[in-house]
Amino acid sequence: MNYVFPNELHVTWTVMIVLYPYITGLVAGSFIVSSLYHVFGQKELKPIARFSLASAFVFLLFATMPLLIHLGHPERAFNMMITPHFTSAMAGFGYIYGSYMILVALEIWFVMRGDFIARARGGGPVAWFCRALVLFNTDDTPATREADHRIVKFLAGLGIPLACTLHGYVGFLFGSIKANPWWATPLMFVIFIFSAIVSGISVLIFHYFVVSRINRWKIDAECVKSLGRYLWGFMMVAVALELMELLSLAYEQTEATDVLGHLIRTRLFFSYVILQFMLCSLVPFVMLGITALFKLKERTAYLLIWLSSCLLLLQVLLMRWNVVVGGQLVSKSMRGFTDYFPGIWEKEGLITAVVIFTLPFGLLYVFHRLVSLFPDAEKLPEIKSGA
Amino acid sequence: MPCDDRISRRQMIKRLAAGAPVALLVTVFPRLAFGGDRKPGEKRPLYAYAVDVSRCIGCCACMRACRAENDVPAGFFRTWVERFRVRGNGEVLVDVAATDGFVFKAAPDEDIVKAFFVPKLCNHCEKSVCSQVCPVGASYESPEGVVLVDKKHCVGCGYCVQACPYGTRFIDPVSHTAGKCTLCYHRIVRGELPACVLACPKGARMFGDLHDPKSHLSIFLRQRRYRVLKPEMGTHPKCYYTDLDLEVI
Repeated sequence: MNYVFPNELHVTWTVMIVLYPYITGLVAGSFIVSSLYHVFGQKELKPIARFSLASAFVFLLFATMPLLIHLGHPERAFNMMITPHFTSAMAGFGYIYGSYMILVALEIWFVMRGDFIARARGGGPVAWFCRALVLFNTDDTPATREADHRIVKFLAGLGIPLACTLHGYVGFLFGSIKANPWWATPLMFVIFIFSAIVSGISVLIFHYFVVSRINRWKIDAECVKSLGRYLWGFMMVAVALELMELLSLAYEQTEATDVLGHLIRTRLFFSYVILQFMLCSLVPFVMLGITALFKLKERTAYLLIWLSSCLLLLQVLLMRWNVVVGGQLVSKSMRGFTDYFPGIWEKEGLITAVVIFTLPFGLLYVFHRLVSLFPDAEKLPEIKSGA
Repeated sequence: MPCDDRISRRQMIKRLAAGAPVALLVTVFPRLAFGGDRKPGEKRPLYAYAVDVSRCIGCCACMRACRAENDVPAGFFRTWVERFRVRGNGEVLVDVAATDGFVFKAAPDEDIVKAFFVPKLCNHCEKSVCSQVCPVGASYESPEGVVLVDKKHCVGCGYCVQACPYGTRFIDPVSHTAGKCTLCYHRIVRGELPACVLACPKGARMFGDLHDPKSHLSIFLRQRRYRVLKPEMGTHPKCYYTDLDLEVI
């Protein structure tokens, strides 16, 4: 048994399409964390609220990049908006993405208007840029701040369903492909939403620890512990949903059960069973559980939370890989599997993927230089040598 | 101060409402009455395909003809021929012909109890899922029921490749757009047969108009039991197979 239809020897959706849902997941997750503060009043998340919004925006800017690299004709990308074919789930992409982009940009603008105004004073290109950014209206009073705050709350609230739509929609793109038994499940878009939140919280924790360490900032214990608890909760739901999907697949014993079982036991055994479930789900589940349920030394708790965030970032990336690539490894002949390994230097290869994923972090740094993303961060006291 | 010749909003809406049926009549009525480019009373054909599996000898002349006619890029297939060999213990061996045909061993494989060939191609489904999922409408069904791709509009996203349950689509490495069987549309609109049908020495491949009860295909389908591939997908394929074994997916 290893027969694949001859056109299936070439995997159509490459690592770029793995990266696309991964990045949009980071967007949706980061945005939801910022909304937890802005809408649901989770005050302990304040130190990271701005950063989470900026992360969402920056990742959103790069979300289409892997798609454009993947398209056979990227110059025709706007055909999806000019001549949309609404029977296709993909036709909604431009509109959903565009409206979400506008919403996040507006929210950032209102959140940071005061800071832009502060930077707009004085001379130089940066000040002029900031003046242009606030549309040459440098009116900053308690009344304008109050108005901005009300608008931010409204936008953040509106953004939650839109974030879920954006990412649930990505899941739906896969879940609605009835020809592919590994993808075709109504659970797919729910799984995508929860895994997006997991990846979003993880990237924020990961980044917060890294920048705090580099800048020698004091880590806000309440904020990190709260993020750790949210991460624990959301990862439990995300993993449980995936396991439920597997359970129904195994229990229903449909015609696809054999071939998918074979896929899990062979081609995806390492990336799915060992890495995604064993290492990157079970280990963070235990570690986050320990930090949530037991009183640990602060340093130990931080280490466990940070390690968990790293593993869960990897877990979601693996999940995207296992869904996108795994689904294409199974032949529609139900009699075999194809192989895929992305080239290293190819147009849609690993180096391109790494560069695309690194760019948002670079832009975040530029953003931070313009307007502080951690305005409340306190410097740690200097440790004198020999002290 | 508004000018006298200005019209009110209410008047504007009234005029638009009155104009809409006229515009509809002017644009839609001629198409309904005369069927676009058809002559009055002329019925548009509905093209379909049939494969008589028992007649296929696996010579692969169809594959070569298709490649020559349509300039199919190397490594991709608009049509292909599968070989099924069933062992005594029920094990099924399936392989596909290379471009030049199957390599037959001098001595037959041990314990093969049944063997047959199955030509495959786009099923030109009545509810073609590939057309459904195309985000720009570049994949579409022609009025004659042939599923085609507008290569000047296709963005090359590959969603149709994923959606096709039969694996008949691919991304053409030259044009970077979706590629597939067109039933040799350029030939059939001139009243000629698709290249694969013409090349088949045994008449295993058949093409015709389902709307014409006297067509070879209509008569064949009335006389024989047939089935389609993956009917559970709900795509209503218009490629009909006779004498098809259960092993074939």
